[in-house]
Amino acid sequence: MAYVAIADRDTHLHDPQTFVTKYIWSQDHKVIAIQYSLIAIGVGLVALVLSGMMRLQLGFPDTFSFITPNNYLQFITMHGMIMVIYLLTALFLGGFGNYLIPLMVGARDMVFPYMNMLSVWVYLLAVLVLLASYFVPGGPTGAGWTLYPPQAILPGTAGASWGIILMLVSLAIFIVAFTMGGLNYVCTVLQARCRGMTLMRMPLSIWGIFMATILGLLAFPALLVSAIMMILDSLIGTSFFMPAIVSMGEQLAYEGGSPILFQHLFWFFGHPEVYIVALPAFGIVSDLLSVHARKNIFGYRMMVWAILAIGGLSFVVWAHHMYVSGMNPYFGFFFATTTLIIAVPTAIKVYNWVLTLWHGDIHLRVPMLFAIGFIFTFIHGGLTGLFLGNVTVDLPLSDTYFVVGHFHMVMGVSPILVVFGAIYHWFPKITGKMYNETLGKWHFWLTFLGTYSIYLPMHYLGILGVPRRYFALGETEFIPDSAHIANESITISALIVAVVQILFIINMVWSTWRGQKADPNPWGATTLEWQTPDTPPKHGNWGPKLPEVYRWAYDFSVPGAARDFIPQNEPLDPKIAPGRDHGVHA
Amino acid sequence: MSTTVLFVLVLAGVVGWWLFARQLTGRPWELAQRKLDDSHEGATLAVSPARTGLWVLLAVISSFFALFMSAYGMRMMLDDWRPLAEPSLLWGNTLILVLSSIAFQWTRVAARRGDRPAVQTGLIVTGFFTFAFLAGQVLAWRQLSASGQYLHSNVANAFFFLLTGLHGLHLLGGLAAWARTMLRLMQAGTALGQARQSVELCATYWHYLLLVWLVLFGMLLAT
Ligand code: HEM
Ligand SMILES: [Cu+2]
Repeated sequence: MAYVAIADRDTHLHDPQTFVTKYIWSQDHKVIAIQYSLIAIGVGLVALVLSGMMRLQLGFPDTFSFITPNNYLQFITMHGMIMVIYLLTALFLGGFGNYLIPLMVGARDMVFPYMNMLSVWVYLLAVLVLLASYFVPGGPTGAGWTLYPPQAILPGTAGASWGIILMLVSLAIFIVAFTMGGLNYVCTVLQARCRGMTLMRMPLSIWGIFMATILGLLAFPALLVSAIMMILDSLIGTSFFMPAIVSMGEQLAYEGGSPILFQHLFWFFGHPEVYIVALPAFGIVSDLLSVHARKNIFGYRMMVWAILAIGGLSFVVWAHHMYVSGMNPYFGFFFATTTLIIAVPTAIKVYNWVLTLWHGDIHLRVPMLFAIGFIFTFIHGGLTGLFLGNVTVDLPLSDTYFVVGHFHMVMGVSPILVVFGAIYHWFPKITGKMYNETLGKWHFWLTFLGTYSIYLPMHYLGILGVPRRYFALGETEFIPDSAHIANESITISALIVAVVQILFIINMVWSTWRGQKADPNPWGATTLEWQTPDTPPKHGNWGPKLPEVYRWAYDFSVPGAARDFIPQNEPLDPKIAPGRDHGVHA
Repeated sequence: MSTTVLFVLVLAGVVGWWLFARQLTGRPWELAQRKLDDSHEGATLAVSPARTGLWVLLAVISSFFALFMSAYGMRMMLDDWRPLAEPSLLWGNTLILVLSSIAFQWTRVAARRGDRPAVQTGLIVTGFFTFAFLAGQVLAWRQLSASGQYLHSNVANAFFFLLTGLHGLHLLGGLAAWARTMLRLMQAGTALGQARQSVELCATYWHYLLLVWLVLFGMLLAT
């Protein structure tokens, strides 16, 4: 290939001098990653507080006069949207994607650093527009995170005039920010790897982030399209989604629009979105398990192919969210089938994680605890997904707490556990300091057990038929007293889990300033980010010379090797026979 | 939605096949593969990052328009749809857009030759045709409004205004890149400098938007 690796052409690397260009208008991917993460975690804390308020209302109805039905619906909406998009998507791709991609593939920076910088500031703008909806007449929208019309823009729904518009505009801005970042992630992975880093030598973290970015780039437009049409329906009175409708005794000017059309567009985005969040978590957790079990990941190629297969299939299952909206039975059959098919590559990944642990030299450090916790919660949520994937089982369970339990296990708790594991894992590299292990373990156990005590009972509530998105259950025959007790207990657990997160914040802040100095490669990891000349890595990452890669990312416990890991940039030692002869490689 | 699904599947098929054929079947832990891998230069495609970025962006924009077309197809089936008679002016506009694309291709060839004066002329001509196209589109809108066909009169109208408007916006974005190219050309003095790559990328973008327009126009005419 006559092409000069662009990572070698340093010309585009700007040299930041002042405080402002170093830490604020910075084009350095590591600084941008931290900016993304801090904004995401900040707005995530808002969403956490909102969930606490929802739980207060559900656990102790008629107790808090400041929570009205409208408030409650606004909390639900903002909570869901922030968690899914402004926290998890931004944190995994903007945060981890930015930090890890150039370091793990051996580049000096992203390929379009200026656009990367714009991305984070546009993201901040999206967050501000979203939060601004708290200060407009009517407050934020209470339409639910799915924003279904017609109710989303009809009077009677909270925020139907201002709130919903700000929400849609904020989403549109977010999509612009994401696209700018996403172009960077994809092009850096494809074009800026260092010498010797073939695609199949990339760590799985990069594969997960890469595929999730592609999903995002292709799926977010669906949200943008629906946002544009809904804005027009609301402001100009077009009838893309709005049917002829009588609202509060008044015939509105809309005619003939299709709310179902919105649902198709929304879920065409919405289902890939769950994998936008899940795939980076899959990738990262694979690396955490492998490093802390001192074993190569089981079935690397299968893991890569599974990521690709899940990515492709996630575009043909969206209507499993619409079984109750009414559709041709053959469509239901089709989507149930694809939904069950997508479970196959997912299950393969789960088996491979478990088999990676098998006969591993497991070190139960904090990141590993979170990674193993993830396997539990993910299996749990995945299994309930299989229930819901079948039309006949889904019909009675749809819109109940069973669905809430399912998606919180699978896309709430599981990715968040990986986020925590990943932050603990890379903390020594990012800050150069070590976190406090004891605090970290307390944080893990309280969070892990706490989330189980929150979400397991929800499955039971759902099977009883307790509907989701209800402000209060009132007096109903099919809801026994035990359900109310369960609700109280869930609320108490939720409040405890929320408060426990303070341990994490204290640990991070305190360790950043006061923590012990960390070893450059404390876990004995093989991937490139642990082999940088400086810790934390300096601008340009690699000092004068780019790394060269001589092996895949999983050379752990190779027989005959001096240490139980061999970094990717260590040349082949002819004395240590590589390959499958010694049986550790799968 | 089938349009979009088709689009995504075709895209996934092409990319997946290509990746598989080339790189995804290797066993990175085996010695033979290792020797091959060690001499890999790092980049996947033999094109510049900027061009890769452009192609990825075009995939995103295609997804965007494909979704609009899916929505159009689904909404069209409902009872209240009253087809719109497209102003015949659109044919003229289409011709102008074709001309602008031809002009850009000509500029690109001139840039490859390193013929600076020709590049400058070519850019100016392209810009002229492009602005003419946009003016033509606005004129078409005004003709429609003058005959009482407003955005909110019927959803077919709404789609018409929306699709032409969004296509125009993308073209405006292209014009911003075009203006930057002009600027670079001025700064480069007698040489082409960085303007050369900009011309290459912009030309691709123009052809792409022409293609989008032809598809959209075809769909609007056919329904
Ligand atoms: C084994 C794989 C999975 C299957 C078969 C599955 C199936 C389903 C089905 C059928 C529903 C619709 C339930 C209803 O509304 O009645 C649903 C909802 C949901 N699933 Fe899954 N799922 C799977 C994995 C996942 C994963 C990996 C995530 C995220 C990381 C996820 C996130 C969600 C979310 C967020 C919802 C609810 C959306 C809403 O209505 O607000 N699922 N799932
Ligand atoms: Cu889904």
